[in-house]
Amino acid sequence: METIIQLKQIKKTYSLTESVSVQALRGVDIEIKKGDFIAVMGPSGSGKSTLMNILGCLDIPTDGEYFLDGVSVKTLNKDELAGLRNEKLGFVFQGFNLLSRTTALENVELPLFYNRTHDRKDFKALSIAALERVGLGNRLDHTPNMLSGGQQQRVAIARSLVNTPKVLLADEPTGNLDTATSLDIMSIFQELNDQGITLVLVTHEPDIAQFAKRVITVRDGMIREDYQVKNRKSATEEIERFKAGNIQIFTESEKLHQEVV
Amino acid sequence: MKLEYTLKIAFKNILKNKVRSFLTMLGVIIGVSSVIIMVGIGQGTQKKIEKEINSLGTNLIMIYPANSRFAGVSQGSGSTNKITLTDMKKIIEEVSNIQYISPDISSNEQVISQNNNYRTTVHGVSDQYQGIKDYTMAEGEFFTEAQCKSSKNVIVLGKTVSDALFPGISSIGKTIRVRNIPVKVVGVLSSKGSGNNGMDQDDLVLIPYTTMMNKITGSKYIRTLFVSAVSKDVIDTVQEEVSRVLRISHKLKSTNSDDFTISTQSDIVEKASSITGMMTLLLGSIAGVSLFVGGIGIMNIMLVSVTERTREIGTRMAVGARGDDILIQFLIEASVLSLAGGVAGIGISGVVIFLLNIFTTLTPVMNLTIVVLALVFSGGVGIFFGYYPARKASQLNPIDALRYE
Repeated sequence: METIIQLKQIKKTYSLTESVSVQALRGVDIEIKKGDFIAVMGPSGSGKSTLMNILGCLDIPTDGEYFLDGVSVKTLNKDELAGLRNEKLGFVFQGFNLLSRTTALENVELPLFYNRTHDRKDFKALSIAALERVGLGNRLDHTPNMLSGGQQQRVAIARSLVNTPKVLLADEPTGNLDTATSLDIMSIFQELNDQGITLVLVTHEPDIAQFAKRVITVRDGMIREDYQVKNRKSATEEIERFKAGNIQIFTESEKLHQEVV
Repeated sequence: MKLEYTLKIAFKNILKNKVRSFLTMLGVIIGVSSVIIMVGIGQGTQKKIEKEINSLGTNLIMIYPANSRFAGVSQGSGSTNKITLTDMKKIIEEVSNIQYISPDISSNEQVISQNNNYRTTVHGVSDQYQGIKDYTMAEGEFFTEAQCKSSKNVIVLGKTVSDALFPGISSIGKTIRVRNIPVKVVGVLSSKGSGNNGMDQDDLVLIPYTTMMNKITGSKYIRTLFVSAVSKDVIDTVQEEVSRVLRISHKLKSTNSDDFTISTQSDIVEKASSITGMMTLLLGSIAGVSLFVGGIGIMNIMLVSVTERTREIGTRMAVGARGDDILIQFLIEASVLSLAGGVAGIGISGVVIFLLNIFTTLTPVMNLTIVVLALVFSGGVGIFFGYYPARKASQLNPIDALRYE
């Protein structure tokens, strides 16, 4: 399999004040093959969000090298990074980050406006196709406040797909969603992965990580574990079981709570 | 990024905060409309004054005695009354290209008919005054040169005076008294209506200057001497000639300065124009300050907008917006805001100028140059004052913008 992402000794230091600085990443090496589905896990403050931001070219590492699709990111200027985000990356955020009072269709069109390769007249068709891919073909004219959380996240996924990115990055995409909706979103991700899109997902829920192919655990700015998921679950099947009332998916805090009880 | 799309976003954001946008625009609206109205009033006044001066007569040259100086202290205009009938006679004899010449000795007097009386301005003038002022007669005739020479007690009435003294009937042939001197009405002037400054141009009476000097005021001096040149081209030569004749007549040495003032219509127009021009500039700049303040209002609200929409900016950057895309978006938003204010300001100033023309004696004009300038300027205000906030937005770090709470 072809390598799409390669991180070499990535370090990131934030200087809070002149004397105090925080080392968020202390030398991370990761290689991601095309078509992989990776869950990045770790407690808060572990550096997983920083890692994600660097992968998404939203932040620049203090040291080390990052190759995205064969291009060394540190050689690019701000505008070229913007172009890279537009063409090769798709983002899904925990808070959806949709533009308010803007229809689903217009939200999905947004990356196309910043893209210099597409023709204006194709915008609508491309956006509708992306929305149909996430099952929202019938909600084109709905604004975010008319959509449920899950639907909003699906609009966000459609937006991340519209420029046919090489890698889709999702930062806690199910963090604001209930169990059923989370499963829904995960099944969309699995489907997209099956279609060949490389996915990197940050989560702190082990149950969500089980839908990925590979799990990377980060702690104190270093990679602790990196393993292939055994007995990978299918979100679609889980949905069926969940509907039937056969399983319960708990978050870590819920599990803790149950143990105490 | 497409302009049409950027404009759409700009309008959407402006409409999203209607009250705020309106209040922001208000600064520009007031600025633009006050510039247009103020300059309009200034230029209207200028035109009015020019028209008024031109209505004094055609190719007119006015001669006044200069203010005298005693030991370096100016006694003010007309303080010496140095122009005499002899001077006038010499000018008639020696200066060519004169079409009309008439002294004007005026005095406010009570004029009395059998049943009525009226206070008006009596002008002692020559028979040629009719030509200078371009008067036409409603009734009767202007007095003649012969009547003028022989100090006949004849009078020509302005329409207003005629109506006041003889309401409803003709005044021709009637005798009225001016300072107890009985004079016979020989003519009534056609109405000229009210002048540009609102003054009644028919509120006057004319009598021969000889009669005025000999019988009414007793003065030997002429306060104003009107000369009209035969054509525009010879005004300057006539002016020089008159000056030369007067200097000789007054026995002035070459070292002495003139003891009279000669002004032509164009002199007056020029002087008046420079004054009103200055007034226009002054009014315009005060109004310009308000436009500037309006611009600061735009800057202020754009800064607020950038802060409010930091997360949106972050999202846009995450999906591939470049710094320039964000810059242009906010610049366009600021420009649309201020241009809309400019257009509204032009509309409002148009209405105000229209109303001022109808309901007041002011005659402001809508100057197309100023309108275009105001429009361009208001767009410029948007770009100028929008640039700082827009630049601030465009330089945000995407990750900081996304994390902004």
